[in-house]
Amino acid sequence: MKTRCAVIGVGQTRYAARRDDLSLAGLVREAALRALEDAGLSWGDVDAVVIGKAPDFFEGVAMPEAFLADALGAVGKPMMRVHTAGSVGGSTAIVAAHLIESGVHERVLTVAFEKQSESDAMWALSPKYPFVPPLVAGAGGFFAPIVRSYMRRAGAPVEVGAMVAVKDRLAALKNPYAHLQMADISVAKVQASPMLWDPIRYLETCPSSDGACAMVLASERAAQGAPRAPAWVRGMAVRSEPAQFAGRNQVSPRAGRDCAADVYAQAGITRPREQIDVAELYVPFTWFEPMWLENLGFADENEGWRMTLDGTTALGGALPINPSGGVLSTNPIGASGMIRFAEAAQQVRGLAGAHQVDGARTAVGHAYGGASQFFAMWVVSSEHA
Amino acid sequence: MEGKQDPASPAEALSAPYVLAYTYRRSVGPVIGRFLTGLREGRIEGVRTAAGRVLVPPAEYDPETGAAVGDFVEVGAAGVVQSWCWVSEPRAGQPLDRPFAWALVKLDGADTAMVHAVDAPSPAAMRTGMRVCVRWRAERVGSVRDIACFVPDEGSGASEAPPMPPAEPVRGMLSPVHLEFTISPGATLSRFLEGVVEGKLLGRRCPACAKVYVPPKGACPTCGVPFGDEVAVSDTGTVTSFCIVNVPFEGQTMKLPYTYGSVLLDGADIPILHLISGIPADEVRMGLRVRAEWLPAGERRPTLESIRWFAPTGEPDAAYETFSEHQ
Ligand SMILES: [Zn+2]
Repeated sequence: MKTRCAVIGVGQTRYAARRDDLSLAGLVREAALRALEDAGLSWGDVDAVVIGKAPDFFEGVAMPEAFLADALGAVGKPMMRVHTAGSVGGSTAIVAAHLIESGVHERVLTVAFEKQSESDAMWALSPKYPFVPPLVAGAGGFFAPIVRSYMRRAGAPVEVGAMVAVKDRLAALKNPYAHLQMADISVAKVQASPMLWDPIRYLETCPSSDGACAMVLASERAAQGAPRAPAWVRGMAVRSEPAQFAGRNQVSPRAGRDCAADVYAQAGITRPREQIDVAELYVPFTWFEPMWLENLGFADENEGWRMTLDGTTALGGALPINPSGGVLSTNPIGASGMIRFAEAAQQVRGLAGAHQVDGARTAVGHAYGGASQFFAMWVVSSEHA
Repeated sequence: MEGKQDPASPAEALSAPYVLAYTYRRSVGPVIGRFLTGLREGRIEGVRTAAGRVLVPPAEYDPETGAAVGDFVEVGAAGVVQSWCWVSEPRAGQPLDRPFAWALVKLDGADTAMVHAVDAPSPAAMRTGMRVCVRWRAERVGSVRDIACFVPDEGSGASEAPPMPPAEPVRGMLSPVHLEFTISPGATLSRFLEGVVEGKLLGRRCPACAKVYVPPKGACPTCGVPFGDEVAVSDTGTVTSFCIVNVPFEGQTMKLPYTYGSVLLDGADIPILHLISGIPADEVRMGLRVRAEWLPAGERRPTLESIRWFAPTGEPDAAYETFSEHQ
């Protein structure tokens, strides 16, 4: 590492079910301009652009790095696209941060986005592939049996799922960017909502959102001129594994455990539950909160649900999870991972606004994708070292 | 592998069509939206950049500086061909159903060229530098196809666009995508599917970890080595987990609700996904013992759809410990 990487600018769009006031180019531009403004920079200050989006069928745009170059001020600069399914927002940020840490660039703009309103993720995730029956029904259909396995394995009470749904939607009320604003959410309401992919109910699922998230990353030298506090990247890692292999632990994939172990080692974290102040985890269906608490070492195996049940993971609890409202409140799929990374940075910068965790100094951003097979994480801190 | 005949190779490698088709609903944003609205009204508008260049069709952001573009500028409905190529065999969906030219046309007042079709009688009628003018469609919807095509300008210039009734500004456009693939599952899966036609489930064993995969893959995902012996696997197994699907969505062909599960076949080390039936959905459970219900021999094709579904055998449920490692 030639330099530490700092997050010196964060920009998010307003998230909504449909942003038909803007083209795709206009959408990424809105986030990028806000990140540049936060960093006190203009287009000319940026050395390179790294973007990420969900799989191409989601928008029918196969080469966004060419299509969006002018909207992102990238003409004549290095620009590349990262592609790791739902985890893409996280791995895109990591590719951008590597360009800083390696000393290749001083300032990199990274942007992740999705316009779900232009397509239909259920369609895109349910291909009628030949030779097999057409059983798969979107991400919910894929993950429901895994959630069921977790519930059985951990012996968790059924209301834990509804509690996560309520916690994250209440948190979203404090986040002006969040898509869902459901002031009247309650456990009873979640449990009365339609059962879509048994055991997953409607209000336990993420919405479909349009939106983009951007960050300006900088070297130590470039961060010195930043107008606002930086977040320092203290560890980052990606891991992947095959979607299917004999004996695969789908509930707690090894790639996720290895990814967490790697970032904690880089950041000098030996007791994540005590040493991390807040985490933004990729939770598109409620039960992934306790599942990831275990996978990432915040709880012992089969014990993660207790942290949800006893309020540890609520805003104000000992380890708030997704104080932004999380993926359950805002889900432009390609951007969702980067929003986790950016919200973690905002927490340690002290810039999270009404959902700020008091005194947050060390935070985790996390994303996963594919068949729980791609993982990306970073640990950010208010302290340089 | 060279020179060694794999006894488990298929008689014939399979292939099947795979079609991805969807109509995207694009939101076009304020700049392209105004351009498309103008076309509907029979007017062509570009944008002026800070350097004074007029871009037609407009870009939302200056390609040279990245700055937001400035004022809209109406340009002429006639211009000059900057380059062209001849299409002797038009394809479905192209602007003209007879031979035509694709051309880069720089409209009068513009600094950039737009791509469109020129309706010329033959390549001999085309040349770089020739003047062409717009032939408007009578019924216009706010699309670049509101310009039916360009035609050689005989000196009279473009004709007026027939008026359209007033309508809301254009905010979106439909963008149909249609991709046709041929999927070849490869020798290993072809051989497995041949077995399915015969009512057999043929897995393969990894020589390194000894795990049996069904359907088999080319190589073991864990060990990275080619699979070894073919192993007949039972068509009876255990439901390790499941989902009851109750969500309608575009393109769905299954009747709702339906239950699908991971079925760990006896003798296999990895479950397959299939439909669970012959039991009320709310009685499906982990550990349920099920058996394949095959289509009659004459109706089986090389697809796992030759198994209608898995239905309960009536045996006692399998103990959780026997399948918990396969979730
Ligand atoms: Zn093996």
